[in-house]
Amino acid sequence: MTPHIRVRNLNAWYGTQPALKNINLEIPRQQITVIMGPSGCGKTTLLKTFNRFFELTEGARLTGQVLIDDEDIYARDVDETEVRKRVGLLAQRPTVLPMSIYENVAYGLYIHQMRKDARSYKEAVRHYLELAGLWEEVGKRLHDPATALSIGQQQRLCLARGLAVEPEIILGDEPTSALDPISSQHIEKKLLELKSRYTTVIVTHTLRQAKRLADYVIFMYMGEVIEAGPAQEVFTRPQQERTRQYLEGLF
Amino acid sequence: MKFRWQRRHVGEALAKLLMFLSLGLVFASLVMILWTVLSKGLPALTWQMVSQAPKGGFYLGKEGGILNAILGSLYLAGGGTLLALLFSLPLALSLETYLGNSRWGNGVRLALDVLWGIPSIVYGAFGFTLMLALGMRASLLGGILVLALLELPIMTRAMDEVIRRMPRDLELAALALGSNKREVAVHVILRQMLPGIVTAILLAFGRGIGDAASVLFTAGYTDHLPTSLMRPAASLPLAVFFQLGTPFPEVQQRAYAAALILTIIVLVVSLSSRWLAARFGRFTVR
Amino acid sequence: MTDSSPALTRRQAQEKTTRRAVFVLSLLPLVLILFVTVALAARAWPILGQYSLWDLLGGIEWRPMRGQFGFLPFIAGTLWVTTVGVLLAVPPCLLTALYLSEYARPSVRAILKPVFDLLAALPSVVYGVWGVLVVVPFVGDVLRPFFHQHLGWIPLFASSQPTGYSILSGGIVLAVMIAPFIIAVTYEVLMTAPQDWRLGSLGLGATRWQTIRYVLFRHSLPGIIAGVVLGTSRAFGETMAVLMVVGNVPTLPTSIFDPAYPLPALIANNYGEMMSVPLYDAALLGAALLLLVIVLIFNIASTLVLQRVMGRRWV
Repeated sequence: MTPHIRVRNLNAWYGTQPALKNINLEIPRQQITVIMGPSGCGKTTLLKTFNRFFELTEGARLTGQVLIDDEDIYARDVDETEVRKRVGLLAQRPTVLPMSIYENVAYGLYIHQMRKDARSYKEAVRHYLELAGLWEEVGKRLHDPATALSIGQQQRLCLARGLAVEPEIILGDEPTSALDPISSQHIEKKLLELKSRYTTVIVTHTLRQAKRLADYVIFMYMGEVIEAGPAQEVFTRPQQERTRQYLEGLF
Repeated sequence: MKFRWQRRHVGEALAKLLMFLSLGLVFASLVMILWTVLSKGLPALTWQMVSQAPKGGFYLGKEGGILNAILGSLYLAGGGTLLALLFSLPLALSLETYLGNSRWGNGVRLALDVLWGIPSIVYGAFGFTLMLALGMRASLLGGILVLALLELPIMTRAMDEVIRRMPRDLELAALALGSNKREVAVHVILRQMLPGIVTAILLAFGRGIGDAASVLFTAGYTDHLPTSLMRPAASLPLAVFFQLGTPFPEVQQRAYAAALILTIIVLVVSLSSRWLAARFGRFTVR
Repeated sequence: MTDSSPALTRRQAQEKTTRRAVFVLSLLPLVLILFVTVALAARAWPILGQYSLWDLLGGIEWRPMRGQFGFLPFIAGTLWVTTVGVLLAVPPCLLTALYLSEYARPSVRAILKPVFDLLAALPSVVYGVWGVLVVVPFVGDVLRPFFHQHLGWIPLFASSQPTGYSILSGGIVLAVMIAPFIIAVTYEVLMTAPQDWRLGSLGLGATRWQTIRYVLFRHSLPGIIAGVVLGTSRAFGETMAVLMVVGNVPTLPTSIFDPAYPLPALIANNYGEMMSVPLYDAALLGAALLLLVIVLIFNIASTLVLQRVMGRRWV
C-alpha cells in the first residue's frame, strides 16, 4: 500500500531556534505509527505539522513539504480547516468544549454541515459515542455538561468528537499521559480497534506504550529522525547506536 | 483540501473584514484626536503661555498665560494623589494579607469597583454639599479632597491587582519564617511590588489631573497662582473648558494650548508608568 | 491562641492592633458609598417633600424661577445621548477586542494594547475639544444635510436646527470615550477562556469565527454584556465632553440631530446660581442623586457578573 503521509525535506524553526531538521518520512496507511524520543526532541512539533497546528505558535515557520495522499498541505491554495477536518487530533489533556456531552460530539458535524435534521444528528452522536466506547456510560445523561465526566471519559469524548467529522488520520499527542492506568488502557484498546480504518500517529515518551501499540516506529533525537521502520525491526534490531541506547533506557 | 468557498468561509472572511474596519476606526479616532490637539495646540504654545498667569484683559485676548492652571492642576492632582495614597496603600496591603479572597475581601473589592464607577460630577456635587455644610468655599483644599475621593478606588484596585499577581510562595516563605502578616505586608509585599505600586499611583494621578467635573464646584477657578489651601485654584481641564467657550479666537488659542499641555502631562505620566513597570518589573522575583 | 496567654508579646499585641485597624479600614469604601448617597439624598429631600416623584421625573417644564422642576427633558437627553453612544461604540469595540484576543499575534497585540490604554488615559476635556473642532462641524456640515436630503422623512433623522451641536455629536464623542473601556473589559473576559477550547475547536476544522461564535461566546457572553453595561454607566455620568458638543437645550428630542440637555450637563452648568433660587439646589442635587442611583444599580449588577466570570477585573 502507498504511504498515507509523506514528509519531504521538512525544516522547522521557532524564531531562530531550529525545531525540526531535514525530516524525510513515509507514514503507512491504516496502521499505528509511534513517534518516540526523549523530551524536547521535536516529536510533538512534527505531529503538529501534520494538522497545521504548528503555525499557531508565534514565530513558527517551516520549509519543505508534508503530503497527505500526494497533496502538499502547506501549498498556498490549501484550506487549513479542511486539513484539520481530515486529520483529527487527540491532545495531551482532554480538550472538551464548554457544552453538553451531546453538543461536544454534534459540534463538529454542525460546523461542517454534515447532517441535515435533528434525528440524523442524534443517530450520529450515538454512533460515534459507541465507536469511542463511551455510549454505555453517558447514553443516559447526554445533556450534562461534558466537564462533569471523569478525565478518562473526557478523553474518550474527545475521541468520539474527533471521529465524528470523519477524518482519515488520527493524531495523538501523548494522549494517555494525563490519564489513570485504567483509562489509558481504554484509550489504547480503542486505538487498536480503530487502526484498520484510520491511519494513526501517536507521540509517546513511554517505551512500553510504544511497544504495545506500534506497527511502525519513528525515533527522533534533537529535531532529527534517527531511525524509522516497522516496529518489529526497530525494536529487535535497531540500526543506529542512538536508537539502541534509547531502547536500553540509557537516556 | 483545496480551498473552495463554503458558508463558514464567508462568515470568517466577513468577520475578518469587519474586524479590520473596526480596528481602523478605533485607531483613526485616536490619531485624529491627538492630531487635533497637536495641530491646534502647538502654534498656540508659547513661552509666555506656560510662564505667566493671566494679566488684565486676558479674556479679551491680551497678555498673559496659563501658569495659574498648570500649577493649580499639579497642586490639585498632587495633593489628591498623596491624600488618596495615605488610605489606599494600607487598604490594598490589608486586602491582600488579611482579607485575601474571602467573602469580606471581595465585598470590599466590589465596593471599590462601585466607587470607581461613580461619575465625577456626582463626586463634585457631593463635595460641594459637604463644603456647604462645613462652611467652606471653593478652594484648593476642597478640590484636593474631592480628587482624593475620586482617586482612592482607582489607586487601591490597581495596587490590589498588582499585589495579587505576586507569587504566593514568597509570602508563605516569610510566614514560615515566623513573620506575622503585618511584617509580611510591610517588608515583603511592599518591597516586591514597589514598581507596581508606583504605577498605580501614576495611573490615579493621571485620572485626577484630567478630571474637570469634580473640581468645577470644589476648587473653583481663579486667575491667580495658587498660594493658599483655602483659596480657589485654577486647573487645566477647566482652563480648556472656559476658554474654548469664549468668542475670541485669541482666547480659544489658549484653550488649545491648555489641552495640549494637559495631554502631554497625561501621556508622560501614562508612558512613564508603563516604562517603570517594564524596567523595574524584572528586579522582582516572579 | 494569643488570647489565652496572659502576657502578649509586643509583636502579638501589634498584630492584634493591626487586625482592628484593617477591619476599620476595610469599611471605608462601603462607608463612602453610603455617605455620598445619604448626603445627596438629604440635600435633595426638600424637593421630594414638595413634589411627587412622578411630577419630577415626568414633568417637562424646567423653570426654576417659577418653581417648575420637570426632569424629563434631562432624563430623555441622557438616555438619547447614552443610547446613541453605546450603539455606535459596541459593534466596533467588540470586533476590535475579538481581533486583539483571537486573531492578533502576540507581537501585534503588544503594540496595540498600549495604544488603547493611551486612549483611555486622555482627559474628557480633550475629547471635548476634539468634539467641538471636528465632530460638531462634521455632523453639522456633512451628516446633517446628507440625512436631511435623503432620509429626512424619518423623524429620527430629521433636522430641526442648522448646527452640529446635537445628540449625534454627543453620541460620537461618547462612543470614542467609552471605546477603550469596553475593549479592555471584553478583551480581559475573552482572555480568561482557556486555550484548550480554541485548540479543541480549531482541531476539528472549525474556522476562528465559528470558534468565537459557538464556543467562546457561550462562556464569555455574560462577561461581555457586563462590560457593555459598565461602559454604559460610564457614559451616563460623562459630563464635560458631552456638555461641550450636545447643545444643551432642554427639550424632548425626537431626532439624533436635535440638541439635548443631559443630567450631568444640567448640574455642571447651573451649580453657580443654584443657591439663589429656592429649591434649585435641592433639584440639582436630586439630579445628582438620580444619576448616582442609576449608576450604582448598573455598576453593582455588572461588577457582580464580572467578578463571577473572571474572578477579577482590572481596567
